[in-house]
Amino acid sequence: MTQATEEGRLSGDEVLRVEHMTMRFGGLIAINDLSFSARRGEITALIGPNGAGKTTVFNCVTGFYKPTMGRILMRRSGGAEFNLERMSDFEINRDARVSRTFQNIRLFTGLTVLENLLVAQHNALMKSSGFTVLGLLGWRPYKDAAKEAVEKARYWLEMINLVHRADDPAGDLPYGEQRRLEIARAMCTGPELLCLDEPAAGLNPRESLELNTLLRAIREKHDVSLLLIEHDMSVVMQISDHVVVLEYGAKISDGTPRHVQNDPKVIAAYLGVEDDEVEEVLEEIEEVAEEATHGHQGGQPTGDAR
Amino acid sequence: MTVISQPPRRPSDDRLKRALREALLAGLISLGMFVLYVGLQTTQDIRNQLVLNQRWGLLAILVALAVVGRFLIVYLLGPWFAARKAAKAARAVGAEAPPQNFLRRNVGWIALLALMIFPMAMLWLVGPQKSLKWVDNYGVQILIYVMLAWGLNIVVGLAGLLDLGYVAFYAVGAYSYALLSLYFGLSFWTLLPLAGILAAFWGIILGFPVLRLRGDYLAVVTLAFGEIIRLVLINWTDVTRGTFGVTGVPKASIFGIWSFDFNAANSFGKLFDPELRRPTLNSAYKIFLFYVILAMCAITAMVTIRLRNMPIGRAWEALREDEIACRSLGINTVTTKLTAFSIGAMFGGFAGAFFAARQGFISPESFTFHESAIILAVVVLGGMGSLFGIAVAAVVMIGGTEALRELHFLKTLFGPEFTPELYRMLIFGLAMVIVMVLKPRGLVSVRNPTAFLHERKAVSSAFTKEGHG
Ligand SMILES: Nc1ncnc2c1ncn2[C@@H]1O[C@H](COP(=O)(O)OP(=O)(O)O)[C@@H](O)[C@H]1O
Ligand SMILES: [Mg+2]
Repeated sequence: MTQATEEGRLSGDEVLRVEHMTMRFGGLIAINDLSFSARRGEITALIGPNGAGKTTVFNCVTGFYKPTMGRILMRRSGGAEFNLERMSDFEINRDARVSRTFQNIRLFTGLTVLENLLVAQHNALMKSSGFTVLGLLGWRPYKDAAKEAVEKARYWLEMINLVHRADDPAGDLPYGEQRRLEIARAMCTGPELLCLDEPAAGLNPRESLELNTLLRAIREKHDVSLLLIEHDMSVVMQISDHVVVLEYGAKISDGTPRHVQNDPKVIAAYLGVEDDEVEEVLEEIEEVAEEATHGHQGGQPTGDAR
Repeated sequence: MTVISQPPRRPSDDRLKRALREALLAGLISLGMFVLYVGLQTTQDIRNQLVLNQRWGLLAILVALAVVGRFLIVYLLGPWFAARKAAKAARAVGAEAPPQNFLRRNVGWIALLALMIFPMAMLWLVGPQKSLKWVDNYGVQILIYVMLAWGLNIVVGLAGLLDLGYVAFYAVGAYSYALLSLYFGLSFWTLLPLAGILAAFWGIILGFPVLRLRGDYLAVVTLAFGEIIRLVLINWTDVTRGTFGVTGVPKASIFGIWSFDFNAANSFGKLFDPELRRPTLNSAYKIFLFYVILAMCAITAMVTIRLRNMPIGRAWEALREDEIACRSLGINTVTTKLTAFSIGAMFGGFAGAFFAARQGFISPESFTFHESAIILAVVVLGGMGSLFGIAVAAVVMIGGTEALRELHFLKTLFGPEFTPELYRMLIFGLAMVIVMVLKPRGLVSVRNPTAFLHERKAVSSAFTKEGHG
């Protein structure tokens, strides 16, 4: 276990802090000296154009890549701190309780929906089965633990509205349900930080709405902080508390959704213009927006979805 | 293209034309291929001169076979396959109906019961002498392969680790028993678990460096390890006696109470009539061995079924599906793979010790790659992961090759020089190709889920990934 050597380097309300992280792939600098932090209980969104390095940040945080430089600190609610950059991927999930989903869904398609959720409880079940030996002999507490695991899976199936599909192969589900199942599976590991890589990508508006409800429910009912990569600005603005914007591997803006939305650098990055042309573009945008509101009354794209 | 001017054509007309065309093409190709190899034959006569024989008749037969065969395939078999495929697609894409009736649910127990009666029935039906063939050549032989294939199934079928060197652990088990019993005089029943533990130990030692590799690389390296163990056995002559093999491996005893040695004081033969003793003792030993390997198989099956329903078994199957997802869920994939590898190796070791006790003689010849390939073929043919399918595949493949030895009627068909044994492998290969064409995912191509909320539905293996780790 790679606990941080000095105690209390993160303040109590911080759950994750990335410090001066750089990631190189050969000559390509995918992330360049990135620092940000995520607060406990909040939804922190990581946004940026395609290829900005968002997924790479996730892969570094969850241990699938080792950053070339920098430090990643995680603080659990009990106060224990972990240097994630020194831990291997499965330890980050098991000990530091960071859990993730993937940009292209990675379910166990040949296992049933229920089995997917049981695999996620592997470590807890291994322990209660006496590392298989006692369980093999039909040890009583293991049987109870196995039942509990199924109940936990049932709870999450209820959360994602998939109880009726519990015994079907996961590969048989439609895309939107697969996304939700992957989130439920990540939650079954009992995380304190949940990292979602473009959870709304490829969803239709109805599925997208269900996703928002799910994310809100997760945040309200569970003691978990969210780190979220998202493309859809409306989703980001609706549900996130804090936004970090990346471009070409570097942070260009960091703050509340409002602040980021009005940051000229962000607008430039999203529209692909030079910095000195930003003023012009901003004016144009305002004009267009005004015309739009006059044209169709109240046709706001970021309307209230509650 | 003018669509209007075309006369209406029936599809079967089209098919006939296509079939004739393809048949003609096949005939031409086979003529071109065979004319030099079959049509003309050179032999040396007594004066060492080359003589050219012309065999146009034989050539004509072969070409005709190709033409007729191709025609039949295109004209009759093709549509049949297409219809089958369409019917399959029309059926529910996902799950198939779960096996519900009593017979199918309890197939394991019924098979076990039948096998318990089998030696006695054979003894009663064909007498002690002839029953030997059925109990030993068929029964014991097949059960050894069932056990090996079930062991390998944990590694390949469940965990998805392609191991081409499984026979190495079989060899470790066999040599552990043979050498330890010869040098230290330990009995079969102490050495049986020890052989399994030693094989598992070797599984871990080999597994550690190897399991970081994935897919094809893993396959090649395990193949090499299988060969290394065999080469060590050949070259470490002081201990293993090299290619001569180890002779006089002690027989198993009935838990040390009775011995199957004819001259021993506690010989089991003393219980029989004096003049019948030797042959009866021999068949009694074979029957005893049959029950031993049957019990070992039953234990293997029970342990495998239990493990599959435990977190570790589920992690194996998850590993076969997606290793990266497993790691994101906090599963230590290295130890998970190692347990699969070493438990599979352990069953191989048990089977090896039994094999040595049964043969009384072992040499590196018994542990070639050919053996690994057959075991793997049984696993793949049976349907990866399904114990029942694998057992059936073992009966078909091992029993089948044995049965081919006995096809004496073929001699009357092809003349007295025809030896069916030589064609065994050919027929065997053909049978495998046919099975794989008809059932590409093995005999049993559904997966039984390990847990369910409402009802247990079999999962079509169309959804399972074959595993590349
Ligand atoms: N394993 C890798 N090897 C080489 N280059 C990579 C690798 N992973 C990501 N990259 C590069 O890093 C950059 C950022 O990619 P990524 O993090 O996937 O962007 P996104 O913000 O769209 O998720 C891209 O240029 C990508 O090509
Ligand atoms: Mg990405």
